[in-house]
Amino acid sequence: MKLAYWMYAGPAHIGTLRIASSFKNVHAIMHAPLGDDYFNVMRSMLERERNFTPVTASIVDRNVLARGSQEKVVDNITRKDREEHPDLIVLTPTCTSSILQEDLENFVERAQLDSQGDVMLADVNHYRVNELQASDRTLQQIIKYYIEKARKREELDTTKTVEPSVNIIGLTTLGFHNNHDGRELRKLMADLGIKVNAMIPEGATVDQLKTLPKAWFNLVPYREVGMMAAEYLQTEFGTPYVDITPMGVVETARCIRKIQQVINAQGVGVNYEDFIHEQTLHVSQAAWFSRSIDCQNLTGKKAVVFGDNTHAAAMTKILAREMGIHVVLAGTYCKYDADWFRAEVSEYCDEVLISEDNGEIGDAIARLEPAAIFGTQMERHVGKRLSIPCGVIAAPIHIQDFPIGYRPFLGYEGTNQIADLVYNSFTLGMEDHLLEIFGGHDTKEVITKGISADSDLNWTHEARTELNKVPGFVRGKVKRNTEKFARERGLSEISLEVMYAAKEAVGA
Amino acid sequence: MTAAQIRPTTPEPSALNFECETGNYHTFCPISCVAWLYQKIEDSFFLVIGTKTCGYFLQNAMGVMIFAEPRYAMAELEEGDISAQLNDYDELKRLCDQIKRDRNPSVIVWIGTCTTEIIKMDLEGIAPRLEAEIGIPIVVARANGLDYAFTQGEDTVLAAMAQRCPKQAPTKTEEKEERNAIQKLLNFGRQTEEVTQAEAEYADHPPLVLFGSLPDPVVTNLTLELKKQGVKVSGWLPAKRYTELPVIEEGYYSCGVNPFLSRTATTLMRRRKTKLIGAPFPIGPDGTRAWLEKICSVFNIEPKGLEEREAQIWQNLEDYVQLIRGKSVFFMGDNLLEISLARFLIRCGMTVPEIGIPYMDKRYQKAELDFLERTCNEMGVALPRIVEKPDNYNQIQRIYELKPDLVITGMAHANPLEARGIDTKWSVEFTFAQIHGFTNARDILELVTRPLRRNTNLKDLGWDKLVKEAVEV
Repeated sequence: MKLAYWMYAGPAHIGTLRIASSFKNVHAIMHAPLGDDYFNVMRSMLERERNFTPVTASIVDRNVLARGSQEKVVDNITRKDREEHPDLIVLTPTCTSSILQEDLENFVERAQLDSQGDVMLADVNHYRVNELQASDRTLQQIIKYYIEKARKREELDTTKTVEPSVNIIGLTTLGFHNNHDGRELRKLMADLGIKVNAMIPEGATVDQLKTLPKAWFNLVPYREVGMMAAEYLQTEFGTPYVDITPMGVVETARCIRKIQQVINAQGVGVNYEDFIHEQTLHVSQAAWFSRSIDCQNLTGKKAVVFGDNTHAAAMTKILAREMGIHVVLAGTYCKYDADWFRAEVSEYCDEVLISEDNGEIGDAIARLEPAAIFGTQMERHVGKRLSIPCGVIAAPIHIQDFPIGYRPFLGYEGTNQIADLVYNSFTLGMEDHLLEIFGGHDTKEVITKGISADSDLNWTHEARTELNKVPGFVRGKVKRNTEKFARERGLSEISLEVMYAAKEAVGA
Repeated sequence: MTAAQIRPTTPEPSALNFECETGNYHTFCPISCVAWLYQKIEDSFFLVIGTKTCGYFLQNAMGVMIFAEPRYAMAELEEGDISAQLNDYDELKRLCDQIKRDRNPSVIVWIGTCTTEIIKMDLEGIAPRLEAEIGIPIVVARANGLDYAFTQGEDTVLAAMAQRCPKQAPTKTEEKEERNAIQKLLNFGRQTEEVTQAEAEYADHPPLVLFGSLPDPVVTNLTLELKKQGVKVSGWLPAKRYTELPVIEEGYYSCGVNPFLSRTATTLMRRRKTKLIGAPFPIGPDGTRAWLEKICSVFNIEPKGLEEREAQIWQNLEDYVQLIRGKSVFFMGDNLLEISLARFLIRCGMTVPEIGIPYMDKRYQKAELDFLERTCNEMGVALPRIVEKPDNYNQIQRIYELKPDLVITGMAHANPLEARGIDTKWSVEFTFAQIHGFTNARDILELVTRPLRRNTNLKDLGWDKLVKEAVEV
């Protein structure tokens, strides 16, 4: 048992659901107790999704506990197949159902007999993998299923496209700025003259999966999701993959050069150097930003970075290499992939922290007292407590991290966004600091008092106590409205009764 | 209120119609009750013994509260716990020692989850032994998704707490003072003679204990409403602090303030031998009046001024009632407040084609159900169909068909319905807002009318339906 207040990565089934609900016309059925379909709320709230989340639960209740699911799961699958005609139904076990040890594989086989669409069982161990590992695994599983299906039906076309083409693998629903990154990557590929053969899983259909071998190479922008799929496609079809995250000016150039190398190895001669040069100096403002006086002021400032592997590693390199900021600590919660992280960042920071314990990171931040933090929502709150500004660079995230405006982190526009994020975090901190030194904006004492600051009305002790129970942000309003109510009625004392009467009359 | 002019659209059934569907519906897991209970019971610590799934739910459902050093935590089960390689007792002792050291609470509440049920972890057996060893009371509540929905979590906790209420009033005066927080609140440090005089304001009736967790301002409000009728509230389950749990002696009267407290009611009757006052719930001015009248009638007190008070409240609500009169509302069902809210909204002049509800205790809610039926008859509207364990998919088909003016539903369905041009109100807000008593009736309508007011503002923009595919009906 572990005492835990907070977790960075969710349980395994969340990863599976993120993959399933990213595809079009794929439905997930969770074998879960009542209330475990919280994923639907998150998707509907955070992504402001207009459509119903294609996830339902086959409820595990007392009866299931006593007698087993029996026909229930099979019925729920075939029913959903009839109602919504999905191409694929993914039966998703949860931590509860996995200890029941029912033969879900058998249910899937039986349901398949009566279903028009395909049915499969997500193959993840809930006590060994987390959300990220599970999503990686499920994506690979679905791809493999459809490749093998096509092969069996002799529909698999492995001839490469005429022009260079790419599969972009790993963009999912509820991923940090994934939809913006997708658009930016498409644009980058178009600029490079590379056709996007498929972008999976977000927005793709399972039908598209059999065309994956036609691409010249695969691009895996995020470390956490898509690596297993890319490796599978390499083993199966020899398709090379590029796994350099194009985040930051230097890494984007590195990613493009690697693409150039991969394409040229397949018999065409492309040269992207001029493109990289033009973009770096004129399209992205980040290179110029590093040279500007603003950025000079950031030199040697201390920062702490914490997040998932992809974003924390890329951010560390951007801060250290491109902006001259002193990264005192870089950390990740992807414990299972810690070696990769260490290798990526060791030369760019003083200290590496691999931990899933938010207390440990909070303590480290308090000890190091950086001028800015780049982390998750948890680090943002640590920053709030310690009065250190924080830019959010990785999940777990809140609704404000799903902006409507265009905010990619990848590609050349991404470099602009990151420059803004970094600069705004630091200047805000500086401004705060200066204000403190010079004693605030307005040092003159306030002479006139607000409307309700001074009043001729007498609040009884009970009413005063009650008023203090009203949450701070509305207390002033309640006080003003109650006093207005009392004044209008010529009451000089405000008792509990008057307070309630005011609320009843005017909603004070 | 004038009797509504709305004609019933369907032939009026003679009695309420109960149905039961598949139970494939969305609701919160009952462990969510820790979110409001840890705030209510200030010296408690809630330990949820479950998996990452439970933790993830709490972390996301509680939003910003997570960052405010909550007095709750997960005891996250690992593979060794599931396969019994680790000893449950030792593991729980280690964690509870840590909690005692860091927070020093007056009670630790263990919330059993689906996983502890399935692996049959004997929490009720371990708790007394551990309690003796560490010297802090441990209350066990099995608030799991196998058996319960959302607000029923509070019911399981309060049922367990009811067992811990002292059996006898303490004799020493200092102790008494410390325990009787509500009395102290009402007396506000007045001198003893004044208090004795204040006692005379009450009618002579047997002690009454109310149960249900409400925010402190609402507790004060309802207590004062009863005081106006000469009814004295001897205690409230739960109190602000665990150490202030009310005395419950055999023969006391008890009355619930929320519709989802049937286990607590049962426990108070069977285990603590109290007499349960079955009343409608004090939600809406009609409900509040009926609740007060029922309590008065049990104690043979003639209620004073309630009719005028109710009329006054309705008058103050008129601007909001105008917005909803004649409109229809569909409850998908997820928090068990549905019957009381529907009854109130029917009194406001709305029609209710369907009330979805997770679980329907016809005995505990009898007075409320009768009141609903009477309200429908008086307002001249069709009786709603009450669907227990609803099926959300079927409900959405019915919503497409019925085209209600408002759907009260969980967040999983709210945005998709809005995108299809259907006004929705997020049901969970009713659990966290202050909705009890005369004073808070306006807050209920504030919530109910918000989508209607918002969409009136946007009406002329032509942005009703914002999904590409035509909705299949």
